[in-house]
Amino acid sequence: MNPIIEVTGLWTRFGDHIVHQDLNLTVMPGEVVSLVGGSGSGKTTLMRQILGLEQPTRGTVKVFGIPLHGSNARMVQKIRKRWGVLFQQGALYSALSVFDNIALPLRELRAFDEDFVHDMVMLKLDMVDIERRHALKMPADLSGGMIKRIALARALVLEPELVFLDEPTAGLDPDRSESFVKLIRSLRRKLKLTVVMVTHDLDTLVSLADKIAVLAEQKLIVYGTLKEAIAVEHPFILNFFLGERGLRALSAVGASVKLLSDKN
Amino acid sequence: MQAASAQAVLDPEVTEGRTGDGAPAVTLAGAWDIRALEARARMLTARLRLLSTESGRHWDLSRIQRLDHIGALLIWRAWGKRRPGRLALAPEHEVFFSNLDSTADAASVAPFDPLGPVRGLGARMLHTREHLLGMAELIGQILIDSLSLMRRPLRGPWREISASVFRVGTQALGITALVGFLIGVVLSYLSAEQLKAFGANIFIINLLGMGIIRELGPVIAAVLVAGRSGSAITAQLGVMRVTEELDALSVMGIPHTVRLILPKIVALAIAMPLLILWTSGIALIGGAIAASTQLGISVNSFMSGLPAAVPTVNLWLAMGKGIVFGALIALVACHFGLRVQPNTESLGIGTTNSVVTSITAVIIADAIFAVIFSDVGISLS
Ligand SMILES: Nc1ncnc2c1ncn2[C@@H]1O[C@H](COP(=O)(O)OP(=O)(O)OP(=O)(O)O)[C@@H](O)[C@H]1O
Ligand SMILES: [Mg+2]
Repeated sequence: MNPIIEVTGLWTRFGDHIVHQDLNLTVMPGEVVSLVGGSGSGKTTLMRQILGLEQPTRGTVKVFGIPLHGSNARMVQKIRKRWGVLFQQGALYSALSVFDNIALPLRELRAFDEDFVHDMVMLKLDMVDIERRHALKMPADLSGGMIKRIALARALVLEPELVFLDEPTAGLDPDRSESFVKLIRSLRRKLKLTVVMVTHDLDTLVSLADKIAVLAEQKLIVYGTLKEAIAVEHPFILNFFLGERGLRALSAVGASVKLLSDKN
Repeated sequence: MQAASAQAVLDPEVTEGRTGDGAPAVTLAGAWDIRALEARARMLTARLRLLSTESGRHWDLSRIQRLDHIGALLIWRAWGKRRPGRLALAPEHEVFFSNLDSTADAASVAPFDPLGPVRGLGARMLHTREHLLGMAELIGQILIDSLSLMRRPLRGPWREISASVFRVGTQALGITALVGFLIGVVLSYLSAEQLKAFGANIFIINLLGMGIIRELGPVIAAVLVAGRSGSAITAQLGVMRVTEELDALSVMGIPHTVRLILPKIVALAIAMPLLILWTSGIALIGGAIAASTQLGISVNSFMSGLPAAVPTVNLWLAMGKGIVFGALIALVACHFGLRVQPNTESLGIGTTNSVVTSITAVIIADAIFAVIFSDVGISLS
């Protein structure tokens, strides 16, 4: 099986501040990978580099086997149709209604008639649990949770194989964030998505991620399952997973006892 | 898995045949996902529609290798938005159709409104009225706030005022000088030709002096400032609306008229007369230089002839215009800035409207000045 994302020997430097140093990351099809790390450890930067929005100082990023930096524009354009991105703030186009926001990528293909686009948009709204009467609202009139869902619908409208989620549950109340996690989990099962996400939220992490990539000291100090991550002795990991908050989240899924007993 | 095999692009295939019992059958095979359909959606839709007109046909979808919602929707629409009686579907593809069955009904596009244009016209008229009312309200609020400020002058937004004066005044010196100079030169060249024909060379001083100091200097400076600072003020307030900064100020109990609007109006009222003097001065220098090359009037004698040709009251008039124009531009810009809706399109429209309205307002105000002061400072003593 070929990896979906392949980051090799990646260096990032802003001035003389080194963010990533010889970082490697491979994501296989169907995996849900979560990037965690302290504030300023370079998660957002890494994700932007994988998306081709920023250029690494050194190293290569391949998505679907195609190098992002240095390929011709048409190849990169093709990749862009195969992934969907959920930005942290949603990034809905404020001048367009909910309907037009979701329809935009479809209309851009110029392959389908307006009736088809309409049905597709309605289908996606159903999939993310947004009632159809909201379709004509403008983004400014939506709540934060609705914006996230609609942005997810827009990210999914071209049936991507790969989905990026930047802080998918940040800024949602626990109830909404839980239902959002459920939504992503069910979509992932149905659509066999590969997911790369950045999150600080332990509950989201524990319930969604197959693999955890911990960014610290300019590289990935761990890349593996939750169990493997917890087994590593590192101040960040101790703090993040085995602090009071972390234990609470782990025990909520009944994982901590087993994991901790494994650890000792 | 799906993604790994996606390298090899499969084609969607449609084959007609017969089932064992002789009923008509259709077999769909290959890839029916967005990447395969992108190029031939219309063709396939037409083909499937045609096939589904015959009822009782057996649909075999179990040979499809890749399917997604786009493909499922395309097939399902061809069926007339319901499943055919005889259907074979791979179990893993069931999910794409199960979502569809619930979308059967559809209605959520705004209905066409035949009275739309008429309604639009009425709305526009009401809109204008609303703008005027809003403007009056803003002026009233500013007056009230400045009265309360006068009682406690130490708490005034002096820092903001001085920062604004720097931004709208000092930083505009370059562009106003350049434009002023060029206008002076052009005007001088044009008039020199005409005046030479009448042998009235020396009147170039009167012509340029009166024209620039009384009319052109103020209007040019005001138009430049409206384009430069008016748009900036509208955009700034507009973005603050979009990012909820205005609301943040309100909940802290800081009225934005005092912190944001008053300083801009005061700053422009201070900077504008000075900018006008500067623009007019540079324009006169440009005119004098052109006059010396065209008409042989030395720059020195041009300048010493000015006081006799232009009564001093004209300078005061220009300063007065400056104060009014400055306040007007700031007022219009703030008014439009505060009315920006929290979306990017409204921001663009607001900025355009602000510039257009403030330039129009400046020219109207200039005409009013011309009528009111028609017998001031024109008669030569
Ligand atoms: N354009 C830039 N210029 C200079 N430095 C930058 C730039 N972008 C990011 N950085 C720096 O790179 C580091 C990593 O930033 P990044 O936004 O990726 O952190 P993060 O892991 O996403 O943090 P957080 O969890 O707080 O969002 C930070 O120290 C940041 O200051
Ligand atoms: Mg970040």
